[in-house]
Formats: sequence, C-alpha cells, structure tokens
Amino acid sequence: MPKPLVRSGAEIDGYTIGECVHAGGMATLWTVTHPGIDVPLLMKIPRVSEGEDPAAIVSFEMEMMILPRLAGPHVPACFGTGDFARQAYVVIERIPGATLYKRLPDLPLPYDEARQLVARIATALADLHRQNVIHHDIKPSSIMFRESGEAVLIDYGLSHHNHLPDLLQEEFRLPYGTAPYMAPERLLGVRDDPRSDLFSLGVLLYFFTTGVRPFGEGETLRAMRRRLWRDPHPPRKVRPDYPPWLQEVVLRCLEIEPVWRYPTASQLAFDLAHPDQVKLTARSERVKRDPLSVVWRRRFNQGAMAPRAKSDVAAQIASSPILAVALDAMEGAPELNEALRVTTERILATLPSARLACVNVLKLSRIAIDRSLDEEGSNKHIDRLVALRHWATPLKLDESRLSAHVLEAVDPAAAILEFAKANQVDHVIIGARQHSFRRMLLGSVSAKVAAEATCTVTVVRPPRLAGDVGGTDANEATG
Amino acid sequence: MLLAVFSDIHANRQAFEACLKAARAKGAEQLVLLGDFVGYGADPEWVVDTTIELVAEGAVAVRGNHDQAVNSTAETMNAEAQIAIEWTRGRLDTAQRRFLAELPMMVEDEGLLFVHSEASHPQRWHYVRSTTDAAKSLIATSAHVTFCGHIHRPALYSMSVTAKMTSFVPKTDVPVQLLRGRQWLAVLGSVGQPRDGDPSAAFALFDTVSCQITYCRAPYDVAAAAGRIRDNGLPSWLADRLSQGR
Repeated sequence: MPKPLVRSGAEIDGYTIGECVHAGGMATLWTVTHPGIDVPLLMKIPRVSEGEDPAAIVSFEMEMMILPRLAGPHVPACFGTGDFARQAYVVIERIPGATLYKRLPDLPLPYDEARQLVARIATALADLHRQNVIHHDIKPSSIMFRESGEAVLIDYGLSHHNHLPDLLQEEFRLPYGTAPYMAPERLLGVRDDPRSDLFSLGVLLYFFTTGVRPFGEGETLRAMRRRLWRDPHPPRKVRPDYPPWLQEVVLRCLEIEPVWRYPTASQLAFDLAHPDQVKLTARSERVKRDPLSVVWRRRFNQGAMAPRAKSDVAAQIASSPILAVALDAMEGAPELNEALRVTTERILATLPSARLACVNVLKLSRIAIDRSLDEEGSNKHIDRLVALRHWATPLKLDESRLSAHVLEAVDPAAAILEFAKANQVDHVIIGARQHSFRRMLLGSVSAKVAAEATCTVTVVRPPRLAGDVGGTDANEATG
Repeated sequence: MLLAVFSDIHANRQAFEACLKAARAKGAEQLVLLGDFVGYGADPEWVVDTTIELVAEGAVAVRGNHDQAVNSTAETMNAEAQIAIEWTRGRLDTAQRRFLAELPMMVEDEGLLFVHSEASHPQRWHYVRSTTDAAKSLIATSAHVTFCGHIHRPALYSMSVTAKMTSFVPKTDVPVQLLRGRQWLAVLGSVGQPRDGDPSAAFALFDTVSCQITYCRAPYDVAAAAGRIRDNGLPSWLADRLSQGR
C-alpha cells in the first residue's frame, strides 16, 4: 500500500491540496480546489499506513463505492474518487457549519426544537433509504444542516447499499459502529434492515430531549448486548413533563424488534410533523421499564428467535408508503366518496404497512380575509375532521395508520400538492369532480394534481351507468 | 474498453442471438466467451459456427466441460446431459469438434483471468458455490478480476488484502465498481440455460477503464428454443427448465 503523499500544495488528479481541517481515527480531511469546480471541496484520505486499523481501508472502500451513487440535498455531492492503486481519496462538497455534535452542551433541547430537528433528519434518512442505502452510523457527528435547512448525512464508511457488495459483512466478527446508537439487531450481525437507522435516530431523539443516552455510553460488547433484552427507562421517568406523543414516538423508534418500530423513515417524519395526530398507545403512558419477567423471557429466548429472511430495502419501503386521499367528505357526491373508499381499500389491501392521510381542503375566499378562525370557522374545521374520520371508519384501519387533515387554502390543488410534497406522500388518490359547469368555473383540481405531483396519482370516478355520458368528463386528467 | 462476457451458451441459438444483439446495443467492443458452447440445446452447429466466426474477428473463448465431453468420453455427466452430449456429438463435423477441442482452458490478460469453472483446478470443473470455493480460486491467481461461469447462477465475490471474503448476488443493470484494493471473482449467469429463477439470458459487461461490471439480462424467445429441443427428441426436461429458469 503506498504511503499517503498528501501535503499542502501538492496536486492529485488536478486537485490542489489546501489545509488539513480534521484528523480522525480513520481518515484525514483536507480542503482542496479544482479549476472548473466552484463549490468548496473536501478531500477525504484514509489512514492506510502500517499499524492502522484494517477497518479504515474497508470502510473507505465502502465510501468510495457508495458516495458517487448518492444524489440530492441530503448527502454531500461527490466529485471524484481515487483508488488504492495510487492514492485513495474521495472529493466531496464541503458543507459549511458544524455537525450536530456541537449542540451536545445545549441538551436537553426544548421539545419542539428537538421535534423539528429530528423531523428534518428523518426526512433525510427517508431520502437515503429510497436510494437503497442504510447509513448505520446515525449520531450527532454524522449530521449537518444546510443553510437552506435540509439535514445532510455524512460519513458512509459503515453503510450498506442494497445493490452493492457489502464489504463489511464478513470483515469484522464484532459489530462495528458507535455503541450508544447501535440497534440491537446489529449485534446479531444484521446489516440489511433500514429500521436500524430509525433506532439510532430514536436514541438521538431520546438523548436530545432528556439529556441522557437511553443505553448509556457503554462500549463493551457485554454492555451493548443488554439492549437485546433490556428496554430503556421511559423518558417520562427522566422528565415528568415529557409529552405523551413524544414518548410514543421515541419508544416506538427504540423497540427491540424492528417490526414494532416505524416501518419507514417517512412515516416517522410524518408523525413528527403532526404531533397532534400521533396515535397514543400504552407506550405513551409508561413510567417504568418492562417487568423483569418480560426481560428474562427476551433474554433467555434469544436462540429461539426465528431466523429472519434477508430484507430488501426497496421492497420494505415500497410496502410501507404514505397514501393521501383527497376528498370532500361533507359536500362531495356520495357515489364519488364511495368510489374513493373502494379504490383506497383496494390499494391498502396490498400494503399492510401503508399509512393513510385523509385530506380535505377548506377553501378560503380569494378576496376577503376569510374568517376561518371565528366561532363558525373553527367549527367548520372540526366538522370536517369528524367527517373525514367517519368516511375512513369502514376501512377499519388501525389508528396509528390513519390521520385526518383539513388544509385551508385559496387554491385547493396547490394545497394538496404542497401537502404531498411536505409529507413525502407516495400516492395521492383524488376524485374527479363531476359537475362540468362548476369545474369550468373553478378549473379541475384533480387535473392539476395529476399533472404536477411528483408522486403517483390515481384519479377516481364513480362507476358510470349505461348511457350516462354527461356525468363525468372524458377530458379529466387520469393518474 | 467495454467487454461483453458470455458463459454457458449451451447450443441455445435464440438466447445467444439475443445476448449478442443486447451487448452490441450497449456498446460492447470486445467479446469474451467462457465456454460450454454446446450441450442441452438443439442448435450446436449454428452456435459453434457463430463462435468460430466471432473468434476469427477477435473474440476470446475458453473451453467448458461440455465442449470437452464432445471429444472425450471420459467426462462424467448426469443422464440428461449425457444424452444431450451424445446427440451433439453426432451433429458436429470434424472441424467444429476440433475447434472445441483446441480451445484454451484459461486466458489471462492485463489482470483479467477468463476460465470456465474456477482458477485453482480448471480441469476438474469445480463449481463455485460458496465463499470458500471462491477463496480457493482467488488464492490461485494474482489476477485482479477472474471471470467464470459453469454454475449458471450469477454471483460476485471479493477477497480483501487480509483475505476476508465477501459474497453478493448482483442486481441486474446496476454497475459495481471492482475496487483495485481487492481481488474479485465474477461468476456469470448462463446465456442458454439460466438457473437462478429468471428465464432471460444472462451476460455481463465490464468496463476495463472504470473497472465497473454490470450484470445484464436479455429476454429471448424461450418457446422457440424449447420447441427446438422437443422437436429434436432431446429430454423434455431440458425444454421445460428453460421457461422456469432453473
């Protein structure tokens, strides 16, 4: 292995080396410049000289494979890689500012600040998981924020890409990562479950809202293994004023069995964005840990756990989408609402982990400042929420999978589009308005949603009776 | 340079044609054929003649166990393979048989090794079924990438400088960079008789500059290839398995 030849002023593949800005255990970071690239750049160089940890090489190889494939605002842009034959490096965008690690002295954070912070990280994780990557090292020092607000996840040396060989799978007999944040299944060698990242994010949320780490700081394998059977103290025990909805979210992330956690990061982000819609279960009330009988059962039945099939990141995300059905539960035609329910039911039948957001737009007047906040207006709002839930009752969805939202907007289509974007909705189901005259005046909401949405849109019409040609309009957009 | 690597064509004309067309459409500049041109399928003459032409134009080809069995009764095979190989022997002329007999066992070029079964004992036709098998092959060579076939199921193994192994079932159409810090064993699926549950013909593309391998699939007229097998009185299982890809 060639010795690193990196020093200030040297040039590698057209990159001029600046100063060393960080020297970590596995790698060093240098500022670099390149003619033709006008964003600030960092070159990451692994420590490969003799006596260094061989893990440094393998995790650097993983970064070299994964970073060039990632895209979007939640990852650092990658500009180039150099391999071990000459000088191993990756060149990435330099994100200004500090990592979340800098905030540790401020803990615990106010609940709402932590909620917004973690919601942004969950959104970034969802985007990463959609790119078939599990981060596996979610912790404050792996998270930065752009000036525009998006969370950026850095450091992919322990990551798993579902479409690439996992070089770390057989490299270490002990799980590699950051002990306080590591999901229990990682201790059993599982590296292909995206819900491991949700556990780590749950640790972060617990830590940031209580000031203590749920599993302590123990680095030994013995200390780490306890989390396979021992649940953490409920946050309410640490802070009696802990909001029940937040405890519900945190403890769901920290479930020992991945299947009891949120199925996707998008669904976690959804709950963090709508705390009033979080379905409270026994989790939210707890002030004690599980009784010892439960703990012992978990502890001494470890070997009896069923072997698990390899999970597929993409398949898991695809089976747990967020659906949004846009409907007019109060004034809409009953047959259209029924058709929407039939279609929604069919889609949900194939997706056992999907969650459904029922959305209604309370239209505000363009001219007058609408008095939606007065007595009558707020009643209107609640009446609609009740109507939405009533519409959804026959679907028999578990409360944790259902939410109802009344949006107030001048432009209903824009409101639905914005809701879909902000909540990472995967599929919008919307009815085609039938009365052509009214639509002529108002424009077609479903056509605009279908044309401009970035997700799948299904436009629903009621079943047409023979000879009934005037009821629906063939020009209505289809999804 | 972009290499197209084919293995285990097994006298399946329809699959071979589909892969040639797909590889050319993707810009392949050099063809490598990893053996087992005959056996199982019903068009050995066409496949061998096409291979002879391709080799004359610069394609690289190595010998497989079925190619060897055409000329040697010493090769032991299962009953259906034996019936097919005896039938094949009667179909090929002397020139075609000599071409198969004279194919090299291995070809090595600039860090790339091409072999039908694996590199440790190529004459013994061992299957690479596990990381242990893959390690034996990788230890036997200093090549950066070894390409083989024989097992009819795609896989990608690597060995680190500390002799740690990784195994991976490649995803179709997703390029994987074969990093230079380790050795790689690329096991190809079969062109003419896939056995990984996907009936479409398997091949791979390898970019020698970027060191990226892409496993590809080419759909082909399976019914026509199966019909040829039945029409020629070969065992019907050899036709049935094509549509099941196993």
